[in-house]
Amino acid sequence: MLKSGEPFVRIVKNDISDRKAALLSVYAVIFAIIMGGIFILCLGINPFNAYASILKGALATKMAIQATVKIAIPLLISALGITLAFKMKFWNIGAEGQIIVGGIFATYFALFHHNLPHFVLILVMLIAGMIGGGLWALIPAYFKCKFDTNETLFTLMLNYIALYFIKFFVEGPWRDPESSGFPKIAMFEQNARLDKVFGVHAGWIIALVLVVFIFIYLKYTKQGYEISVVGESQNTARYAGMNVKKIVLRTMFLSGAVCGLAGMAQVSGAAFTLSDGVAGGVGFDAIIVAWLARLNPFVCVVVTLLLSILEKGCSVMQSTFGLSTAVSDILQGIILFCILGFDFFAQYKPVFRNGGAAK
Amino acid sequence: MMRFIDFLYAAIKAGTPLLFGTTGEIITEKTGNLNLGVEGMMYMGAFAGFFVGYHTSNLALALIAAFVIGAFGALIYAFLTVTLRANQTVTGLALTIFGTGFANFFGQLMIKHAPNGTPKLSETFMDAVSAKGIPLLSSIPYVGKLLFSHNVLVYIAIIVAIICGIYLKYTRAGLNMRSVGENPAAADAAGLNITFIKYFNITLGGGICGLGGAYISLINGGGVWNNGCVNGQGWIAVALVIFASWSPVKALFGSLVFGATTVLQYYVPKDIIEIPNAFYVMLPFVITAIVLVITSIKQTKEGAQPLGCSNNYFREER
Repeated sequence: MLKSGEPFVRIVKNDISDRKAALLSVYAVIFAIIMGGIFILCLGINPFNAYASILKGALATKMAIQATVKIAIPLLISALGITLAFKMKFWNIGAEGQIIVGGIFATYFALFHHNLPHFVLILVMLIAGMIGGGLWALIPAYFKCKFDTNETLFTLMLNYIALYFIKFFVEGPWRDPESSGFPKIAMFEQNARLDKVFGVHAGWIIALVLVVFIFIYLKYTKQGYEISVVGESQNTARYAGMNVKKIVLRTMFLSGAVCGLAGMAQVSGAAFTLSDGVAGGVGFDAIIVAWLARLNPFVCVVVTLLLSILEKGCSVMQSTFGLSTAVSDILQGIILFCILGFDFFAQYKPVFRNGGAAK
Repeated sequence: MMRFIDFLYAAIKAGTPLLFGTTGEIITEKTGNLNLGVEGMMYMGAFAGFFVGYHTSNLALALIAAFVIGAFGALIYAFLTVTLRANQTVTGLALTIFGTGFANFFGQLMIKHAPNGTPKLSETFMDAVSAKGIPLLSSIPYVGKLLFSHNVLVYIAIIVAIICGIYLKYTRAGLNMRSVGENPAAADAAGLNITFIKYFNITLGGGICGLGGAYISLINGGGVWNNGCVNGQGWIAVALVIFASWSPVKALFGSLVFGATTVLQYYVPKDIIEIPNAFYVMLPFVITAIVLVITSIKQTKEGAQPLGCSNNYFREER
């Protein structure tokens, strides 16, 4: 079999079953946890104690669980929004900005129309958040359709533009006249705050409803089917008589609208005000969630919970072991690297020269 | 007039870390990889540069450390995207998260172990990185202050950008790597070693980004370590790549413009023109978005993202 010139190892495409792919993900997570453990060990801390304190910190008490869920809500909602766009292979990394604009739109009604009946006000804020995020996402979608403008970079820029709009509102027209010193926006009236259900704001219900809704939308509706055809091949879609532009615009509006909803949930449920920390990197984390979940809404829930547990748990580990909260970012990074690396084996397999494929 | 010179001087100073980051990212993108980890690599460089500078008081060692750690970050990215063919966008984001955490985590440890809780660079080190005029030239009125009285890193950044410009445009290696970035299949057929070329240029680009981080922690920080010092400048650098239409030499001009917009608010007379501060800081991003649209309308091959960007190359996939 040994031919001269054949490389020692070459890579071939691999087709594996869904079950095997799922198993591979589990291996990846285990490998990632081991790598993270090695890092913790290098810091001179027993990794078992560290992981135990992460789990305890995130899940041990009712309050801890509530805090973990609170972290998970915006992450899950925006991951679902991103899923819509990514399914279409529209690389929307502008969730951060769409969350912010959704938050700004919702805040407008919270500040200036807070006399509406509670139910109406919340509903108006929800719709405003969706319209805000949707419109913000339509901008790159429009230019993508019209001029094929690179959406990755465009949405990235829009994140910062949105962020500084908050700065503008905080320092300018919406500044709370009663706060002395550092400019900020007034806290919302009770009337404009999302109600709590089981101790956590109702955003979690919105998120879970969205999971089911988006799963059905993508899998069982005509529009969902159109999204995946456009994602696979725009030419095929065109040949089949689909209006690609319309689909792209519609899907991006929906994607942004869902992210805008996350912004609304943040201002109305968590912060009760609008500040430049409203998105705080959630839009970027959500991309990672959507990707790791392979754009499956239900898997998004699992991945979101894992990341939220890690984040909440690390903040507790900080006080136990005297480590900075940044350790959560490092661990997240290491875990992501591992999982991204393992993804390789789901798609390819190395073949060695002296016969036999590696398993 | 002096006020205007002061303004340009400040713009150059503010634009230098952006110039490093942009040059590094241009090299990376030209070889066909969109690395969104610039922010992370700059953070890693910022920490490593400061840490080594703090302990050795040696500028050269500090810069080498920043370069090496930036290159290391890029190497992780290269391994994942080139060898393991992971999604470039997500890998870049992961690198940003990792790098940010890395700098803030070890920065916090450094703060904990420093006397008075403030790690401070030594006098000799601060003297080495302070702005020094080039003898004779710096005493030319106006021009001397503007061009010949900066700290040494400003000149390094300019030289690096020019060398990279020459490398891309006038050397065989540069031509090879650009062909890999535009059309890897053709480059592969022509017998180029795609894997090596990608690895080399991605790590080189990452190292240059690391230098940009070192500039931020060593110069902008005033000799004291701050967690969170890079603060989005890596992302501006990614934007600047577009503004400079993937040319390191144009990046010289671009980083001056972006640097100018970041300091503009301190130099515009408030009594004459009154614009909220937020719009000043928004300016670089708005300009970049507009540039992005204009280049896409013009559809020029010249000033556009390399075609192979953000797609991983797999030989057997046609």
